[in-house]
Parts: sequence; C-alpha cells; structure tokens
Amino acid sequence: MKILRTACPTLVLLGIMSLLFLSAEPVFAAKVKEFDRSGQLTVTEKSAAELQPSYNIKNRPKEKTFEVPRPPFTEGIFPCTQCHSSMKPNPQRRTLTDFHTDIVLHHAEGERWCTDCHNLLDRDKLRLVSGELISFDESYRLCGQCHGDKFRDWKVGVHGKRTGNWNGDKQYLLCVHCHNPHDPKFKALKPLPPPVRPGALRH
Amino acid sequence: MSEIKNNSYDQHRSRRKFLKGMAAGIGLIALPGNEASASIWEEFFQKHFRELSKDELKGVITRLEKDYSKKYGKQVTVKTTPPIEGVRYGYALDISRCIGCRRCVYACVKENNQSRDPQIHWIRVLQLDKEKGVDLSHAEQYYNPEKVPEKGHFYMPVQCQQCEKPPCTKVCPVQATWKENDGIVVVDYNWCIGCRYCMAACPYGARHFNFGKPSIPASEVNPVTHYLGNRPRPKGVVEKCTFCVQRTREQPGRYPACEEICPVGARKFGNLLDPESEIRYLMEKKRVFILKEDLNTQPKFFYFYAT
Repeated sequence: MKILRTACPTLVLLGIMSLLFLSAEPVFAAKVKEFDRSGQLTVTEKSAAELQPSYNIKNRPKEKTFEVPRPPFTEGIFPCTQCHSSMKPNPQRRTLTDFHTDIVLHHAEGERWCTDCHNLLDRDKLRLVSGELISFDESYRLCGQCHGDKFRDWKVGVHGKRTGNWNGDKQYLLCVHCHNPHDPKFKALKPLPPPVRPGALRH
Repeated sequence: MSEIKNNSYDQHRSRRKFLKGMAAGIGLIALPGNEASASIWEEFFQKHFRELSKDELKGVITRLEKDYSKKYGKQVTVKTTPPIEGVRYGYALDISRCIGCRRCVYACVKENNQSRDPQIHWIRVLQLDKEKGVDLSHAEQYYNPEKVPEKGHFYMPVQCQQCEKPPCTKVCPVQATWKENDGIVVVDYNWCIGCRYCMAACPYGARHFNFGKPSIPASEVNPVTHYLGNRPRPKGVVEKCTFCVQRTREQPGRYPACEEICPVGARKFGNLLDPESEIRYLMEKKRVFILKEDLNTQPKFFYFYAT
C-alpha cells in the first residue's frame, strides 16, 4: 500500500510527460515524391533528420529602410570628406586638440573610439561591425547593433517619437535626432508652467 | 355726475393703454429682432445632437460656423465627422520615458481651444515618487523645478481615459454625454445643462467645467473644429479630452496634438482593432497597466513601461 502511494505521482508525471512528448508534432522518416524536369516521378526514402526543417539565414526578410529626415549635422560639417579627403587618416586613439574639440564622448568612452562607428577611409560613411558601409541616413542600423531591443521597438513606432497619421504615412526620426550619439542621455528640459491653483481661479 | 364718470373712464382707459404699451414693448425686446438674437432663438430650440435630421444638422453647423467666424474674425469650420467603421481608439503612455515637461498640456490647450482665463487644462501631469510607485495620494501636479525630470521622481500625465464603461455618461440626467462607436466619450455642449454630475462620477478628474466665460485670444483660436470636440464652448458646460476627434477621425487621420508634441515620444496612439498597430504591439509585448483598474471602468488609455 505504501509503495503504491509513492509510485502513483511518479507514474502520473510520466504519463503527462509522455503525452506532452507525443502531442508535439513529431517528424518521422517518410517517402518523398519528387518530379524531375522530364516529369519522371522519383520516390526517395528520407530519414527524419533530413525532413526536419532547418532555419536558413538567407530566408530572413531584408531589412526595411525607413524614410527619415536629414540627420542633425552641425552646420557646414557635412560632407566630412571636404576636410578629411586631404588629411592622412590616423587610426591612433588620442585626445583631439585641433578640431572636433566640442565632442565629448560620453558613450561607453572607455571602450569606444571614433573609428568604431565612423569609417576610417571614407569619412562620409558609417561602418557597421560587419564591415558594411552605410550612409548617415541609415544610422539607426548602426545604433541597432548594440541597442537591438530599442531598434526593434523603434521600427514598429513604440520607441521614439513618430508623427504623421495614425492610419496613414508616418514620419520617423533618427535615433540621433533625440540622442546625441556622442552623449546619448536625453537632456533635461525646462517644464512649462504648472496649472493655476484653484483658489486663484476665482474672479 | 356724468362728468366724474367720464373722467374716471378716461383715467381707466389711459392706464389700460399704458399697460398694453408696456407689454408690447417688453414683448418686442424679448422677441428676436435682429440676426444675433435669431441664433439665440434657434440655439434654445436646438434638438439633441443625435436626434438632429440631416437638414437640421446642416442648419446648426451653418449657424455655429457663422457665430464663431464672426466672434473670432476668421473662418472657423465645424465638422461632424462620424466614427470610422472598424476603429476603436487606444492610447498608451510610456511611464519610463515621460519627463513631465508639460508640452502636451499646452499643445492640447492650443489645439482644443481651451479657455486660457479661467484656465482649463485637459491634461494633468502628476509627479510621483519612484519609491512609492503609482500612489496617487502622493501625486503632485504643481511641481515647477528649473529642469525636469527630477531625481527620484517619475511623471504620469492623466487625461480622459475614454472608458469602455464610462461612469460619467451613466449619471448625465439629460444624456448630453455618451460613448461613440469608436470608443470616444463626447459631450454635446449645446445639450449640457452644467449640473456637473459627470465630474463627480469621473474617477480620473478628467472633466472640466467652464465656471467662467471661456476666453481664447482670437489669434490663437484653432479654426479646424469638431462639433463634439474642440469647438469653442459656452460658459456653464463640461468639457473633456476627445482624443482630438477633429484630427483622428479623418482618413488619413493625424495623431492627437499631445502625441505629436511629446519630445520623448512617450505617447502612442492607434486602433485597438488593428493587430498591426503600435498600440497592439506594445500591449502584447510590454508591461501595461490601467489606472484604477479596480473600478472596472475599463479605460482605453494605457500606461506602459517600454524598458
């Protein structure tokens, strides 16, 4: 009697587990019918492993491009090549003293350096980790490399500001319209005046 | 004898004449003489908005447009766009983004022709303690620091929650407020008697009363109005947020003014029945809550945390 009592829950558990196992659509070895170009039917025996669908990275949908306004460049600074084309690229990590001294890197500055994002040879482009060069209009892809969760939300319009029509065309903003890429924390604002207290409303 | 009689008769007649003249005079003053009082006459006998026939509605709109245009010195249009089929509006606000800058409050005032003095704000931004969480007993709406957000605080703008079961419409003794098919709770300002029962019933403090004559500078009046939305209101009626019905009911319909102005993009708006809309995305993927859930008002205004 005692043994039965202890065995029972284990049996039930096993039963449930086997049920669960069976209900998850299994893939079995099967004969696969195929027609070749001439219309000849061939039947081949395929193992379960061969029939198991596998994830192919090439099937991933292509990244959609987004219509965005012009990036907020400092006036007269773009294209970068207007100065950089005549300069010898210097990949050395250093403190800038001649130009761009206004840029204070406050974005994982310990690990990051200009040319991690800015392409060394063609300065008018940004560079992804994959080596792909992208234009500044596509900078969201660069940010999305690390901030994947924000990128995912931004694409559907949940992260960041979106204007336009709720049931029509929508305007996106680039990440850099709100976040300075060199110092991305959103800056504090002066609040508009508070409401008048009820006592002051009497006339 | 006859002389006396005659005399009293004359007296009597002159008194009667005087009274008659008085009555006629008062009647003339009270009766609609010029055009302005004609519109008052029409306004007084105007039916409930939902009982107006097509022709009657046209007449009402022409009258209102004429009155408003004359008052503010510019062409004011009054729309009566009906709800769009298959649409139920939903609004979501990202608590983790809002910085309490009150840009939305004033964008709303401007878009919806709210009275500047006495002041009416449809949106109230509450400052809450991070330590206490969403505890409305510690909410502060008069905060005014140099810069927001302040350390240790978060912000929660509150406006009409467009309840699925609105307590405010239930208590209206004259049915001057109701829920439209797209979920927006509206007020017929011409039918409202100003009893303010709805304000007592609303658990969100989202309804506002025109205690004084509303004043809007003519230059700042938004001339694109909706009958049930942002048209200029008279004194003594209740008003509230309508999800910018004059914008959102169009096809394509613009986002509400508060959504458009938000500098941090904390405000999200869309169709709850559209599975592709951003509002549905965040409801399925983010942590969402509604205000005063225990009251079973079933708001269509959601608060969420995107991070």
